Parts: sequence; structure tokens; C-alpha cells
Amino acid sequence: MASLFDINLFALFGQLLVGLINGSFYALLSLGLAIIFGLLKIINFAQGAMYMLGAFVALLALKFMGVNYWFALILVPLTVGLVGVLMERFLIRPIANEDHLYSLLLTFGLALIIQGSFTHMFGSSGLSYAVPEALKGGTKLPFMYLPNYRAWIIIVSVIVCAGTWWMIEKTNLGAYLRAGTENPQLMQAFGINVPLIVTLTFGFGVALAGFAGVMAAPVYSVSPDMGSNILIVVFAIVVIGGMGSIGGAIITGLGMGVVEGLTKYFYPEASNTVIFLVMVIVLLLKPAGLFGKEA
Amino acid sequence: MNNMKINLFLLALALIAPTVLYPVFLAKVLCFALFACAFNLLLGFAGLLSFGHAAFLGTGGYVTGYLMVNSGLTPELAIIVGTLAGALLGAVFGKLAVKREGIYFAMVTLALAQLVFFFYLQAPFTNGEDGLQGVPRGALFGLIDLSDNLVMYYFVLTIFIAGYWLINRTVHSPFGQVLKAIRENEDRATSLGYDVNQYKWLAFVISAALAALAGSTKTLVFELASLTDVHWHMSGEVILMTLVGGVGTIFGPVLGAGFIVTMQNYLSGGELGNYIHIIMGAVFVVCVLSFRSGIVGQLMKFKRNNF
Repeated sequence: MASLFDINLFALFGQLLVGLINGSFYALLSLGLAIIFGLLKIINFAQGAMYMLGAFVALLALKFMGVNYWFALILVPLTVGLVGVLMERFLIRPIANEDHLYSLLLTFGLALIIQGSFTHMFGSSGLSYAVPEALKGGTKLPFMYLPNYRAWIIIVSVIVCAGTWWMIEKTNLGAYLRAGTENPQLMQAFGINVPLIVTLTFGFGVALAGFAGVMAAPVYSVSPDMGSNILIVVFAIVVIGGMGSIGGAIITGLGMGVVEGLTKYFYPEASNTVIFLVMVIVLLLKPAGLFGKEA
Repeated sequence: MNNMKINLFLLALALIAPTVLYPVFLAKVLCFALFACAFNLLLGFAGLLSFGHAAFLGTGGYVTGYLMVNSGLTPELAIIVGTLAGALLGAVFGKLAVKREGIYFAMVTLALAQLVFFFYLQAPFTNGEDGLQGVPRGALFGLIDLSDNLVMYYFVLTIFIAGYWLINRTVHSPFGQVLKAIRENEDRATSLGYDVNQYKWLAFVISAALAALAGSTKTLVFELASLTDVHWHMSGEVILMTLVGGVGTIFGPVLGAGFIVTMQNYLSGGELGNYIHIIMGAVFVVCVLSFRSGIVGQLMKFKRNNF
């Protein structure tokens, strides 16, 4: 009887860990979406494709140029961010004055192109990326075995999210960003290059997705549709949290990962859908989202 | 009067089309045309971008398919039940979705549709990945056998015309005018005393019902209901059809559906089949960047400038 209890506890903590890891990726992705939304008022449908791109760039860089994981952690976000900068500058900006729904459709089209190209080149089955040597192995805790790489994901994601939050809320650069969200015309009148800030913000938001992609490569299988599946969940999370606050996006992302993990333990059949159901409940009780500011 | 002439001409064209083209292909175009028109009622006339219309298409398809396989219902009744199921789902989703606006509306509908996708993936009666195969077409009113493709085509044409007429009537009714007013200036519509959310909701339900009608009919045409119809790709495709044809024009979605379905048929047969999603994405990007008014919109501009 006691051993049964132990096994259950093992499984529970295991799912909780998986939940926290998924939550870390949800947090990184919804944070990127929220930052882009703040300034551009658009949702980047290609965010999932950028996450996938990040994982693939890491994989290909390792295979063809011998770029190791640690270097990829820096190189990949820069590469993906650059793709984002080009995307904003040459595709999104020309239609910035049209209805925002058009820019949303544009990013959706880009996501189809990127995902389609990778499916064409690599097929739809997953590829694997080895866990870096230094993070192999794990630690035995009272109720669970904690693989080092999984602990690393949670810690690094939390640090990156907190750092981003600090940058936006507490630094001068962040003040420009927030002012640009509030009143871009006035900012421009003060001599600040708003279009440049918009481009860089978009690049940064997209780079966060690329970073999440590198982090995810060793734990999930790297496949062309890894981005679109997670993105729809992240959209639901964004609706739950509301995009009014950066902190809200992070907390909701992590929280929903945990909710999903607990559901996997208590009622596995609903684990695919639980986040969407939470979204329904939030829409009924607090339509603006948990951290939403709009009326 | 001019419009009347054009409509009669198009009707004549649709009646003789099977002499030149394969009836099942034409029926497919009409199903997607009705789907796109239903979608456009929401985007073009109420300004609401739904990213989850595949849920209604698929629901109509699965319900009708299930009834045709497992009950003795005649096809017209199975289609009616499928349509009602779509309307009911639309009523629930609509209530939730109209609580949010703009980009949030798109995300809410996408997430709800994904919920529906997982439901059909896991529910026992849908056969999961395989879908409902070998759905019998049955006999219309128990009298007219639909297994002949030509007969099926004329049945689909009748349904399409009924749906198209209904959309046309809706758009030109006082209700349609209020929808347009909401699209142009929601605050003003509210201040004039219209219950904006109630109008949006009703438009959502009508659109969902017609999308389900298209799905029900499509299942009979192909004798198949599958997960493809509820996948988010399908929600994207209907947006593309509408965009290519012309958002907010009555006939645009029909042309757009014809264009996309023809393109897909042509591509899937040839060596470019592997590139289908890339090409669809590229059409999306080109349309958004430089062809926002679509085929019909461009034609109307041309007519205004030159005649």
C-alpha cells in the first residue's frame, strides 16, 4: 500500500516537472507575443514558426558547422531575431497603417511558408538534438529524479523572463518602449526614432521565440510542426492572462503549464484540452483576462 | 437589373458546367464557396475575423456522416441536423467570442476550434485519424438516388443557391445594415441603442450554421468526414479564399473558393504537390501586401474608373 502511494507521488511530481517545463516555454513564447503586441498592436502568428526555426537552426548549426549548444544559445536568438527584423522592416511595416487584421494574416502566411519549407526539406517526422555533455545526468530528490537539463530549462527560462521584465519595467530603454506603446507620435516629436524601436522590439520578441526553440531542441523532438501546435495553446494562454502586462504573461504561462501537468496526472484524457477549458471559464468570469487592463 | 442579368448568366453557367468539368470537382468548389460566403458574412460584413470556422465545417460533416452511416435518416434530414448542430456550436462559441474584439476574437475562435479538433480526435464515433469513411449518399426524400455524381452536383447546386440567397438577403436586410454600422463604428452603433454584442452573436450563429451546411454537404459529396475539415489549416484556407476573392463582396468568396480549389487540385496532381502549403502561404502574403481588395474588389475599382 505504501509503495503504491510512493509510486503515485513519483508520477505526480514527474508530471508537475513536465508541466513546469512546458510552462517555461509557454511563458517565453507568450512574453514575446506580449512585447510585440504592446508596441505594434499585432499578434505574430509566425511566433510558433520562429520557435521551430530556432530549434532547427541549432540542429543544423551543430550538424554542419559544429556549433555547440552553448554557442547556439547566443547565435540562434540573434539569427532568428534578424529574420524578425527583416520581416518587420520589409513586410509588416508597408502595411502598418492598414487594419491590424491584415498584418495578422501576413504573419499567418509567413508561418505557412516557413513551416511548409521545413516540412519539404526535412519531412514531418522529428529529429533529435543531444543534451549537452555538461547537463547530462540528474539529481535524486526525495520524491523524484530530476534530470539536470530539465532543471536548467526552468531556471534559465525564469531568469530570461525576469530579466526581460526588469528591462521593460525598470530601465531607460524599457521606458522608451512603454512610452512608444502609450503615444508613438509624441515620442517621435521628442526626437526618438520610433520606427527603429518598433523594428528592434519585433526582433527581440521573435528572438525570445528562437531562444525557446534552442532550449526545447534537446527535450522535444525537433519537427516542422512543433511550432504550430504550441502556438495555439499559447494563444489561449494569452487570452487567459490578457496582454496588458508583461508580468502577467510570464505568470500565466508558467501557471498554465502546471495546470496542464496536474491534469495529466489526475485526468489524462483532458490534458490536451484543459488550457482551452480554462480559457472558456476565464472568458465567462473575467472577459478581459486575469491581468487584462482593457474594458 | 444589371445584377439580375449577371446572376442569371452565372446560373446558366452553373447549369451547363458539368458538360465540361467533372461534377465532383464542381460540387467541391460549390461546398467551399458556400463555406467561404458564410465566413465572409462575419469578416466582410461584421468585421469579425474568425480563425476557427473549420470547427463548424467539421461538425456539420461529422454529424451528417454519422447519421448517414448509423441511422436510417434520408440525406436532406441528415444535412438539416448537421446544420443545426453547427448552429448550436456557433451559438455557444459566439457567446464566448463576442466578449472579445479584434485580435483577441481571432485567438479565442482559434483556441475554441482547437478544443473541437481534440474532441473529434479522441471521440470514439469519429474513428480518429481515419475519419468516417464510406458514408452513403442515400436517396433524397427516399426517392432520388444521389449516388450518381451528376444528380449529386445539382443537389449541391440547389443547396448552394439557397445558402447564397440567404446570405444575400441577410446582408441587405436591416439586420445586415446594423452589422455594417457596427463594423464601421462600433461605439456609434452602441450609442444609437443597438445591442452590439447581440447582433454580432446572431451573425456568428448564421455564419456557423451555413458553414456547417457546407460541411454536411461536402461529406455527402466525398462520402467522407475527416480531421482535415476541423484542422486549423482549414480555418486558414477559408480566410485565404475570402481574401483572394474579395473581403466584403457578395460574390468574391465564390471566385476565391474556385481559385483556391482549382489551384489545390492542379498542384496535388503535379510535381508541385509538396509545395502546396508554401504556395498557399505565398498567395496569402502577396494578397495581403498588394491585393487587399481581392479579385471582385479590383474588378469593381476597374469598373468605377473606366465606365
